[in-house]
Amino acid sequence: MANVSVKNIRKTYPNGTEAVMPCNFDIADGELVVLVGPSGCGKSTLLRMVAGLEDITDGELQIGDRVVNDLDPAERDIAMVFQNYALYPHMSVYKNMAYGLKNRGTSKEDIDHKVREASAMLNLDDYLDRRPSQLSGGQRQRVAMGRAIVRDPALFLFDEPLSNLDAKLRNQMRIEIRNLQRRLGVTAMYVTHDQVEAMTMADRIFVLNAGRIEQVGTPSEIYRTPASTFVASFMGAPPMNLLPATYNGNGSVHLNGETSLKVDAPKDHIGDIQLGIRPEEVKLATGKSATPFKLELIEELGASRLLHGKLAGHDFTVNAPNNDAPLADNLMLDIPSDALHMFDHETGKRL
Amino acid sequence: MTDTTSTTPRAKKRFRWSAVFDHSILILGSLFMLLPVFLALTTSSHDNVEIQREGLKFWFGSDIDENFGNAMFEKGGFTKTVTGMTMLMNSFILGIGFAIGKIILSMMAAYAIVYFRFRFATFAFWMIFTTILLPLEVRILPSYEVIQSIGLTNSYTGLIVPLLASATGTFFFRQFFLSVPEELVEAARIDGAGPVKFFIDILVPLSQTMIAAIFIIMFVYGWNQYLWPTLITTDEGLFTLVRGIRQIIQAYAEGSEIPEYGQAMALALIAMLPPVAIVIFFQSWFVKGLVESDK
Amino acid sequence: MKRAGFANYWLPILLLLPQLTIIAVFFYWPAFNAVQSSFYLQDPFGFGSQFVGFENYADLFASKEYAKVARFTLLFTLLVTATSLATALLLAVKADKVLRGARTYKTLLMWVYAVAPPVAGLMGVMLFDQNIGSVTDLFAWFGYDYRLGVNYWDTAFAMIIVSVWIQIPVNFIFFLSGLQSIPQHVREAAMIDNPSGFGRFWQITFPLLAPTAFFLLIINITYALFDTFGIIDTLVKNNPASNPMTLVYKVFVDGFRGNDMGGSSAQSVVLMVLVLALTIFQFRLLERRIHYT
Ligand SMILES: Nc1ncnc2c1ncn2[C@@H]1O[C@H](COP(=O)(O)OP(=O)(O)OP(=O)(O)O)[C@@H](O)[C@H]1O
Ligand SMILES: [Mg+2]
Repeated sequence: MANVSVKNIRKTYPNGTEAVMPCNFDIADGELVVLVGPSGCGKSTLLRMVAGLEDITDGELQIGDRVVNDLDPAERDIAMVFQNYALYPHMSVYKNMAYGLKNRGTSKEDIDHKVREASAMLNLDDYLDRRPSQLSGGQRQRVAMGRAIVRDPALFLFDEPLSNLDAKLRNQMRIEIRNLQRRLGVTAMYVTHDQVEAMTMADRIFVLNAGRIEQVGTPSEIYRTPASTFVASFMGAPPMNLLPATYNGNGSVHLNGETSLKVDAPKDHIGDIQLGIRPEEVKLATGKSATPFKLELIEELGASRLLHGKLAGHDFTVNAPNNDAPLADNLMLDIPSDALHMFDHETGKRL
Repeated sequence: MTDTTSTTPRAKKRFRWSAVFDHSILILGSLFMLLPVFLALTTSSHDNVEIQREGLKFWFGSDIDENFGNAMFEKGGFTKTVTGMTMLMNSFILGIGFAIGKIILSMMAAYAIVYFRFRFATFAFWMIFTTILLPLEVRILPSYEVIQSIGLTNSYTGLIVPLLASATGTFFFRQFFLSVPEELVEAARIDGAGPVKFFIDILVPLSQTMIAAIFIIMFVYGWNQYLWPTLITTDEGLFTLVRGIRQIIQAYAEGSEIPEYGQAMALALIAMLPPVAIVIFFQSWFVKGLVESDK
Repeated sequence: MKRAGFANYWLPILLLLPQLTIIAVFFYWPAFNAVQSSFYLQDPFGFGSQFVGFENYADLFASKEYAKVARFTLLFTLLVTATSLATALLLAVKADKVLRGARTYKTLLMWVYAVAPPVAGLMGVMLFDQNIGSVTDLFAWFGYDYRLGVNYWDTAFAMIIVSVWIQIPVNFIFFLSGLQSIPQHVREAAMIDNPSGFGRFWQITFPLLAPTAFFLLIINITYALFDTFGIIDTLVKNNPASNPMTLVYKVFVDGFRGNDMGGSSAQSVVLMVLVLALTIFQFRLLERRIHYT
């Protein structure tokens, strides 16, 4: 068990791709950090640098109290679970889990003890003699977990471990992994591009964009106060509505010059801004102070429904509770002032 | 599958005829492939004088034991020391030695090229793959001179090793290694396996089928070598069966007495039996290896 | 190369050393020698040689004999390639189609792969023999006096038949596996679109087989040029004098029988260039193939 400390770490591939820009962060002992971001943003690269599978171009990586930049993966006291599990196809489940221990010179009894313990924990007892090809996707996933657990590492690394599973199994394994990690108290870095996974599992989320860490925070911080339009539109489903607007400094924003909305804390940034509104923070209303919304399409989700349409001429989505009431084409919306997020019109940064 | 055309009687009839036609072609083809060897077999069971008088025989005679016995155990050649058994053994040494040598060399080289980051990788790759350009037949004379100058003529080393100077096996294993998932070596590295351990514990077991397929192809290739053994071995004790065929032809061309047809056919059959048997018994591996290695 | 390859320094060199040594000694050295001695006129006993520049090449291209061998090689290659490809394709299509006995046919049509060319040549010698040969008898029955090893074209005929016989299996295996890799849904779609089996073959199956066919074309040309050595050597019964021969066989005859080192080396180099051209052609085709699929 250990904390991880990263100082100015950077990765440039031999072909010149700048996959990870210099970044700094610390991960506390026993914490589960989720790295999330769109495809190609450098999540895997960052994780693989921590694992030792990729050279670190620059910067310093510390696991526990050791600087591990120049250590082999096997010496870093880590364990990794891969997207395609990377089980050894010619070895039984038992041998798959035992292989790492065997290479470390662990005694036969210890190996047996640890493998059985892990297999009991993961409900794999009945499959120890099978080959990976004779297992289901979920079972393979468990074996990969088992292989990580038996080594008793200081740090777990997961690279999209659930993306080869179907939706139902994914929900189930998500919870299992989270519980296991809590129970064992092992620090973990978890890569995914699935924001639901990120929100539900993380102690803290790192949102990556084009090789940069865009924001670090607890799931609710990320959701409530996204640091940029990128984070705002990436986290949350359906994504936050983003509308061009102007702010005149007197406590209200204008959409298209006509519709105006009250803002809570007046900002000193006067002029063009981007206005963000979460679809689920808007309510249907009737009052005078409400904002008109032109409904174009309804998507039924069961418990709620998504209303797509136009607000002041811009695309806008509302997530409304489903009460089966028929809706007119022209609706009124109640947009509370604390639901408004303001971003810089050029940089996209939160104001 | 629902075949709508076969429900009407007319279509059914047409379908039958085309099947008969298909089978006839296949049977003709099979006969074409089979007949020469069948004739060799039947002829090898007859007496030489009888063959000389009546030509190749289409059915079995009574001399099969004698001809095969002579082919295997009678001392032949100019020095009267070499038997079919010696040649059979030499053929096995060449076939197996070549196949094993090829597999070991090319697996090692392919492993280095695919799994290591080092400066000369590209250079080594091209060094090896240029050999595809020149078959041994093209550079036979200078090759012979090189072997001669090293003093390797009339030795198993001289017979086998120069044949190993080609890229076929390496190319095959390279393709196969490249198709092994990247994550396997990464997982192994995290599990503390170094390059040697990974090779022995994981890569070799994974390559089993491929090794078997390559073994069959290379064994057949080595066994069937003709030109190289002809040049490199003048000592009859080192003759392979296929090399022995040349002696038969030579004797046949010069011969004044009645040639030993039966025995020659018997020897030809013995020379083809082991590789043919392997190809037939391990057909699926062999086909897989052939189709995948050449692409 | 794997992205997380080992970064060991000595091990890869050690792993490559055996292969590279063998290639250097038994490939590069002889190949270099061949190129070098093609510019020299050598004493037959290996003592002394004289630099003659391109004279060996000039002699070669001026030689009527060489031109004749080259023409025969071209004809031989064409006939062997075309005949064995066409036969194998027909057999593969039928073997792919029949429901019963497919496996048996497959085995029967491919086992000859393992027969050594000179062994096939020996059987050819017997079958086409003047006294005992069954094929000779067959010709006689038609009133033709067939003479292997005496009549130029009679020998050529036997060479081509035996070479085709040996080459059918490889072509058959590749065509069959090519056919079997055509997805079932494509076949079914074709069934619906085109009721004529013949039309289906030319419009759908054949284009899908084209990559295999191109690839086999190269393989067959290489085979006819080089691997038929054993067949030719046995069928001419050690007496190439008035018989047809291919370019590769001539390299051997001139080098080992005629002791014409320079001439033989020049021929080797010409063949090297030919193979080089073939290989480049093949790579370009492969490239195209990758782009299309
Ligand atoms: N070996 C490599 N050589 C050069 N560039 C690479 C290499 N591996 C990855 N890259 C590039 O680095 C960038 C980051 O890649 P990375 O694999 O870390 O993305 P990712 O966030 O894991 O994406 P995904 O969600 O698709 O897995 C990408 O632009 C990618 O093209
Ligand atoms: Mg990734």
